[in-house]
Amino acid sequence: MRVTDFNAFLPRLSDAIFETLLMVAVSFLLAGVVGILLGLVLYASRKGNLLESRTVFAVLNFVINIVRPIPFLIVAVSLIPLTRAIMGTSIGPVAAIVPLTVVASMSIARIAESNLVSVDPGAIEAGAAMGASPLRILFTIVVPEALGPLTLGMTYIFVALVDATAVAGVIGGGGLGDLAMRYGYQRFDWLVVAVIVVVLVLLVQFAQALGNWVARKVMH
Amino acid sequence: MSQSVTFECVSKSFEHRGRTVPALDDVSLTIDPGDIYAIVGYSGAGKSTLLRTVNALERPTTGSVFVGEKEISSLRGKSLLSARQRIGMVFQQFNLLRSRTVYKNIAYPLRLAGLSESDTIDRVEELLDFVGLSDKALQYPSQLSGGQKQRVGIARALATRPDVLISDEATSALDPETTLEVLDLLKRVNEEYGVTVLMVTHEMDAVREIADKVAVMQSGRVIEEGSASSVFSDPQTGTAKRFVASVLRHRPDPRSLSTIRKVHTGRLVEVRVGDRESNDPFLSRITREHGVDFNIVYGGVSESKDSLFGRLTIELLGAGPDVDATIAALRRATDVEEVAA
Repeated sequence: MRVTDFNAFLPRLSDAIFETLLMVAVSFLLAGVVGILLGLVLYASRKGNLLESRTVFAVLNFVINIVRPIPFLIVAVSLIPLTRAIMGTSIGPVAAIVPLTVVASMSIARIAESNLVSVDPGAIEAGAAMGASPLRILFTIVVPEALGPLTLGMTYIFVALVDATAVAGVIGGGGLGDLAMRYGYQRFDWLVVAVIVVVLVLLVQFAQALGNWVARKVMH
Repeated sequence: MSQSVTFECVSKSFEHRGRTVPALDDVSLTIDPGDIYAIVGYSGAGKSTLLRTVNALERPTTGSVFVGEKEISSLRGKSLLSARQRIGMVFQQFNLLRSRTVYKNIAYPLRLAGLSESDTIDRVEELLDFVGLSDKALQYPSQLSGGQKQRVGIARALATRPDVLISDEATSALDPETTLEVLDLLKRVNEEYGVTVLMVTHEMDAVREIADKVAVMQSGRVIEEGSASSVFSDPQTGTAKRFVASVLRHRPDPRSLSTIRKVHTGRLVEVRVGDRESNDPFLSRITREHGVDFNIVYGGVSESKDSLFGRLTIELLGAGPDVDATIAALRRATDVEEVAA
C-alpha cells in the first residue's frame, strides 16, 4: 500500500469537491425547472385533466421512458454531440452538466407527475365546489398539496445526481468520483478512496437531512 | 339570501366498461328556501349523485337543476364558477387543504371571490368565532380532531355567504358525540343565516335531529318524501320503515313479541301517540267506557326537530265484543294496528 501524499492530495480534493458541487447544483437547478415543468405537463395532459391531450401525454411519456432505463454512462456518451454543441466541449465538469441535466429532468418529471397524481381528489373537488377554475386548482391546490412528497423526491434526485457525477467523472467530467478512480483506485491508494467516500457520504447525509427538514416544514 | 333548489325530471347514467349504468331515474323534488332537507337512502341509491348535480360536479343526462331561478345544470365556464361560489359544500372526508392553515383554508373561497385582505381577515375571524375555533386559526388540519376538521369545513363552506349549503354525509366519519356537535352547528347555520341546507345521509339520527323534510331514495328514484315528522311517525315504503326502525325502537320485533307473548296472551294493538291537539286521555277514557282493561307492553316516544311521535303496544283485556268496540273507538282517535296473534 502506498503512502498518501496529503500535500498533493488535499488541493485536488478541494477542487474535486468544488467540481462535484458545481455539477450537482447546476444540473439539479436546471433539471428541477425542466423536470417540474414536464411533470406538470404530464399531469395536466392526463385524461380528465386541465390540458387533456392524448398526443402530448403519449409523446412525453414515451421520451421519458426511453431515457430513464438507459444507464447514465451510455446516455452521457451518446449525448456528447449535444454537449459539444451547447458547451463547446464534452470534457470537464461544466460539460457533464448537460447529460446530468437531461437524465435528472426525466426522473424529476416522473416524480413530479406521480406526486401530483396522488394529491387527494377530495381537495381538488373541494376547490371545484368553491368555484376555482381548473388552472387555479392546479396552481393553488394540486401543486401546494404535492409539495411535501415532491421535496422528498427532489432530495432523492439530488443524491442520485451525486452518484451520477462519479460516473460522469469516468468520461472526463472531473469531480470526486473521477478523483477516487484515478488518484485512489488506479494507484492502489485506498486511503484516498476512503477519504473521498467519507466526503461523499457526508454530502449525501447532509442533503438528505436538509431534504427531510424542508419536507417536514412543507408538509406540517 | 336563501334560495330554493329544484330538481326537474333529473336522470343520470354513467358509462362503465361499455355498459350504461343508471344512477338517477327521473327525480323531481323541490327544496323550499330556508329548509333543512335530508335525502336518505342506502349506499348506491343515487343520493350523492343527486346532491352533486346541485353545484354541477355531476351533470344530469336529462332534466334540469335550479338553484333559485338559475338553471345550474346549463351553466358553463365563468358563470358556473361564480354560481358555485353561492353554493357551499361540506364533505364526508372534510377535504381540507393539508398544506394550508385553518385560517388559509377558510380564506381560500374568499380570495376566489376577490375579497380584499382586510375584509378576508374580518370574515375569517367571524367564521372561526361562529364555529368555535378562534384559537386554532394558525394550526394545520393534521393537528385537528375529526369534529374540528368538519367545523373548519363548514366555516369554509359558509365563507362566501352562500344561498344554499349542500352536505354530503357530513357526519358519517364522526363519532356519535361529535356528530351531534356538527349537526347542531348545521342547525345554527340554518337558523342564524337562513341558509337552505340540503343534506345526504344514511344516518336517521342525523335526520331526526335537524331535518324539516325528508326524501327517501332507492335505485336512483325518490320513493317517499314528506315532513320529517310524517316520515318518522308513518313511513310508507319498506325502505323508509327500515330506516325509521334503525333509530326508533317503538314497535316490537318478532323476538320482543315472543317475549311479550309469554305473559300477555290478550289481543295486542299498536296505537300511534305523539303530538296531539288536546290532552284528552283517550286511552283510559275509551277503555273505561267499554269496560276493558289494558296493559302497556311495549313502546316509545321520540322527538324530531319540531314534533313528538311514538307508538305504544297495548294488551286489551275484556270480553270479545267489548274489545272489538274498544278498537273501533280507538281507531277514531288515532292510528291503530292490530298485532297478529
